[in-house]
Amino acid sequence: MLPAAEKVITRNWGNPDSWTLEAYRKSGGYQSLEKALGMTPQAVTDEVKKSNLRGRGGAGFPTGLKWSFVPKDSPKPKYLAVNADESEPGTFKDRYILENDPHMLLEGIGIAAFALGVHTAYIYARGEFKFPAERLQRAVDEAYKAGFFGSSVLGKGFALDVFIVRGAGAYICGEETGMLESLEGKKGWPRLKPPFPAVVGLFGAPTVVNNVETLASVPAIIEHGAEWYAKLGTEKSGGTKLICLSGSVKRPGVFEISMRTTVRQLIEDERYGQGMPQGRKVKAVIPGGSSAPVLAANELDVALEFEALKKVDNMAGSGGVIVMDDTTCMVRSLWRVIRFYAEESCGQCTPCREGAPWAARLLRKMEEGRGEAEDLDILLHVAHSIAPFPPIGLGNTICALGDSVALPIHSFVARFRDEFQAHISQHRCPFGDRPWGHYGAFRA
Amino acid sequence: MGSPFFSAEEQRVFDAKLSEIVAHYPADRKSAAMLPALRLLQELKGWLSPDGMLLVAKALDVPPERAYEVATFYVMFHTEKPGKHVVDVCTNLSCSLWGAEELLAYLEAKLGLKAGSSNEKWSLRETECLASCGTAPCLQVDEVHHENLTRGRVDALFEKLS
Repeated sequence: MLPAAEKVITRNWGNPDSWTLEAYRKSGGYQSLEKALGMTPQAVTDEVKKSNLRGRGGAGFPTGLKWSFVPKDSPKPKYLAVNADESEPGTFKDRYILENDPHMLLEGIGIAAFALGVHTAYIYARGEFKFPAERLQRAVDEAYKAGFFGSSVLGKGFALDVFIVRGAGAYICGEETGMLESLEGKKGWPRLKPPFPAVVGLFGAPTVVNNVETLASVPAIIEHGAEWYAKLGTEKSGGTKLICLSGSVKRPGVFEISMRTTVRQLIEDERYGQGMPQGRKVKAVIPGGSSAPVLAANELDVALEFEALKKVDNMAGSGGVIVMDDTTCMVRSLWRVIRFYAEESCGQCTPCREGAPWAARLLRKMEEGRGEAEDLDILLHVAHSIAPFPPIGLGNTICALGDSVALPIHSFVARFRDEFQAHISQHRCPFGDRPWGHYGAFRA
Repeated sequence: MGSPFFSAEEQRVFDAKLSEIVAHYPADRKSAAMLPALRLLQELKGWLSPDGMLLVAKALDVPPERAYEVATFYVMFHTEKPGKHVVDVCTNLSCSLWGAEELLAYLEAKLGLKAGSSNEKWSLRETECLASCGTAPCLQVDEVHHENLTRGRVDALFEKLS
């Protein structure tokens, strides 16, 4: 049976004017910030640690542990950098948070800043998020006016400034050190780690980088306690999770689910995807944004959760679940995914800069019926040179973008090798001019 | 006072807004304001001309190549003058599964432009995921999202714009 999901992040969505301070306070908003300010910073961090909250941006790192890496005795100022650069294909949950409940994020920022001893927080909003950033700015202005930010938060003497910085269109700035470079006014080239941002981050100072959904989870943890939050999840991952469902499914959208929910349940349940389009079957599902390995139809009984997916050499990533039906071309799909990474490679590391476009050219060649017998091996070799697989995370590049080129290639070819070979042997795409599945035609 | 590049009014807006932005950063980190400063310039002038970038670099006390390097790295910065309206069509996986490739072809025919090119009126670009995957297909016109597109909706939208 499908486990029920508590509404934590989405509890105010759909309320009238849910994005205003008035509406947020009506539902108890900012009481957690007040509660936190009455605790010690260490107690707040401990609570977040005990809650088993894990980062929702992609890597799933335990949030409380990340906070505890910040040196307590640093003479430099400390920073909180909020990652609102949501750009992973298939992912749109943070945008919904910014649009529907920006104050939940802002309250989380206030609590985190207090726990960390941070007096300046920057929210790096994706350049393309003009409307979400404007709505967020209005919320920031409201929060200042109400005394939740400023020189003395709630009159308790704790100072906090929050600034929004908009990006300008570069996927790589979602990578935490690429984002820090961009915040420093540079092109978004990721940094070699270590040192990690907690030690040397923004402006050379200790910095915590947290995702929007991660920080938006913090007020509920303070309100209901770590134990309550931990219990919502699994042994190692507390809370609920936002999932972005897209592709060939009857009802795409953002859903807050229990971490015990499987891919199949997400697609089929009436509360979520409501099943496949009439007469269609699942062919492939990407479970965690387009960087994640693809799953075939016989692998859907895995829970959409960090540990469960890790066990099958996959990743929960950013929560972007993309469904492809049995009339979708796998070569065309992989080509489109790889084109994205070729476009977004920052150019710093050779395996990624040269490998991604090379892989895209090979896939184009296959899809257009010009593939040769050895191309599939060359493709796998290129992928292997960027990052071997499995396991995930052994890439030969400074950041994980390289892995994101390699993982889709390895996984698509491993599961759909026959289809790649058919493209080569038939000298054409077997799907002809309808490669995109049930909904793939532009509607009138 | 205006410069040959800015009108007096533009200069006033540029200076006022820039000093507000610069105040968000540590005093010795003025150059951190590069992205917002270039955005401000683009809002005032429509694009980032070499003269404009020179001016931004000067205002932030960095060499001009720093401005250039940043301007050319980010796709939303226009280092060539775009059309009056910039149309960004997402064709990433989730959108293509909902007809985005045909949407782009439809727009190419409708506007008489190949993706990646511009005329006075339009710049048409194929772009990457716009975080509208659940409301695909989608596009942005001048940074504003339009989602759940159909031929009818596209026609209505572009009629309003032209």
